[in-house]
Amino acid sequence: MEKFIKLDGLVAPLDRANVDTDAIIPKQFLKSIKRSGFGPNAFDEWRYMDHGEPGQDCAKRPKNPNFVLNQERYQGASILLARSNFGCGSSREHAPWALHDFGFRAIIGESFADIFFSNSFKNGLLPVVLPKAEIDALFGLTEHTPGYRLTVDLPAQLVLRPDGHAIPFEVDAFRKECMLNGWDDVGLTLRHAEKIREFEARRRTEQPWLFA
Amino acid sequence: MARTLYEKLWDSHVVHVEDDGTALLYIDRHLVHEVTSPQAFEGLKLAGRKPWRVGSIVATADHNTPTSHWEQGITDPISRQQVETLDANIREVGALAYFPFKDKRQGIVHVVGPENGATLPGMTVVCGDSHTSTHGAFACLAHGIGTSEVEHVLATQCLLQKKSKTMLVRVDGKVGAGVTAKDIVLALIGRIGTAGGTGHAIEFGGAAIRALSMEGRMTVCNMAIEAGARVGFVAADDTTIAYLKGLSFAPRGADWDKAVAHWRGLVSDPDARFDAVIEMDASRIVPQVTWGTSPEMVTGIDGTVPAPEDFKDPVKSEGVARALQYMGLTPRMRIDQIAIDKVFIGSCTNSRIEDLRAAAAVARGRRVAANVKLALVVPGSGLIKAQAEAEGLDKVLTAAGFEWRQPGCSMCLAMNDDRLNPGERCASTSNRNFEGRQGAGGRTHLVSPAMAAAAAIAGRFADVRELS
Repeated sequence: MEKFIKLDGLVAPLDRANVDTDAIIPKQFLKSIKRSGFGPNAFDEWRYMDHGEPGQDCAKRPKNPNFVLNQERYQGASILLARSNFGCGSSREHAPWALHDFGFRAIIGESFADIFFSNSFKNGLLPVVLPKAEIDALFGLTEHTPGYRLTVDLPAQLVLRPDGHAIPFEVDAFRKECMLNGWDDVGLTLRHAEKIREFEARRRTEQPWLFA
Repeated sequence: MARTLYEKLWDSHVVHVEDDGTALLYIDRHLVHEVTSPQAFEGLKLAGRKPWRVGSIVATADHNTPTSHWEQGITDPISRQQVETLDANIREVGALAYFPFKDKRQGIVHVVGPENGATLPGMTVVCGDSHTSTHGAFACLAHGIGTSEVEHVLATQCLLQKKSKTMLVRVDGKVGAGVTAKDIVLALIGRIGTAGGTGHAIEFGGAAIRALSMEGRMTVCNMAIEAGARVGFVAADDTTIAYLKGLSFAPRGADWDKAVAHWRGLVSDPDARFDAVIEMDASRIVPQVTWGTSPEMVTGIDGTVPAPEDFKDPVKSEGVARALQYMGLTPRMRIDQIAIDKVFIGSCTNSRIEDLRAAAAVARGRRVAANVKLALVVPGSGLIKAQAEAEGLDKVLTAAGFEWRQPGCSMCLAMNDDRLNPGERCASTSNRNFEGRQGAGGRTHLVSPAMAAAAAIAGRFADVRELS
């Protein structure tokens, strides 16, 4: 997995609550058996005027000028500013894959759906939860300041505004270590293979019907 | 110390705990479908790893499979490739059971697991699918997981998870006639919101939950995720045990007695404490209909569509305005005046035998209204389809003008050919009314099977309690 340490990036605002995974990557693109290539179809129904299907050349499709991420000022953004319950809905990891492929490396929001939150950490996409008042202020600043940038400092657990205001955020120590080092969960877990085998053997003896 | 059922299930599966409380939970059952598994099998192979315990795997193809013209196979080449990839992966690694496309036991993964006894009380169950919470109906800890986690479980038989907070949703009293499990869970989501259960494990209890069949409990647990909770469950009782007896993968003989004794303990201790408690009175719940683009945008059949200005929070108010525009509805419109174009009865929420019986009971001797272009009934599995046909439900439904299809996820998420066209309005027994969920531009209203059938007959939403 790609490491995440410190990110300085352009911010794009997506000012709506309950952005669901069907909106982030519609179902027709889930038919792929690959992990990559979902970026051009991120937010497909909001982003394009026509109906999207797998295999199209998205560069030739008509873009919706009213969709915020299509605006010139937000091109190249790597930080997405979100509201509450971002990523609700399905467990599709295609959602963080699409956002990462689109160019985002961090999402700052009021709250995230549980499965999306956990999927993001496994793909080098850092979800940052900040209080509503801070999010409200960031939406205002992003809208009113062309080229508005933020720095997300994972070791210090701070979001730094250009005016010097530093906003602390929480992150689980284990997830933080994995992100900072780009560690693969499976490799880490297999260090405990002996414990897993012992647990399994005991369970098999006590509840053999689970192993039928 | 008194423990909740969540704590009992959690404690009995912890293999290892990191310093920050992140635990390695042992996984008993791994359900697999074609959409979220190919990248996991590929990752496993690229890393040179083997599945830890293939005997934990139960797999089926459901999302991409067509519900008609099976003789033509899967005509969409991309869908076909995904299903064939699952075939190849299972052929290579093995499984306890695989129900491929066209198998008589094939169906929706969350229907197939329980009906074959592959979901047993006290298990940890995972699947790369958010509606895995369904299996909590059997006093299981059932997590929906992402594809990286699918790979992790394949490789290690464990899931990395932090303990959730606990929430008890206690539904006391008795539901009135025509009010179902679907109405209970939609009413809950309407009350606590789609993020109301975020970070929590929800235990559903109370007399109204105890009175539900296993099918009803599965419907309730299925939509725990729509309330924001990754897991939802119901304590084990006589209903649970009676359902499981004799199923293919359920224990037999001496093992059965031992298992039942164990399952009896899968309840929260009487004085266990929950982080949050929500109390609901079942007798006050009326049949529910969603009006917006989130399951929390819901009201009773006797209600009206709200106005954006009813909501003080500007983000919420704008969300409602956007939803009404997408749904083509105007504020203060009566729910029972909303006309529909299509009906979908199916999905992992409501495609079980009891759901089909409820729909058939409403449809019997009546006709689908002329303005309804398509009324689709998609059984959850081949076994349910066969049972329904043995009971003559297919005849009742087709005589009324419904289409009777082959099993699968179908128009719940429209990955196959069953979908809404832009602007079409659907009474659907599925679980999500997000924009574009049932087809780009489609408008979904979530209801129970009885209410979906009533809407099909009336051509608009109608109170099933008033049908004579």
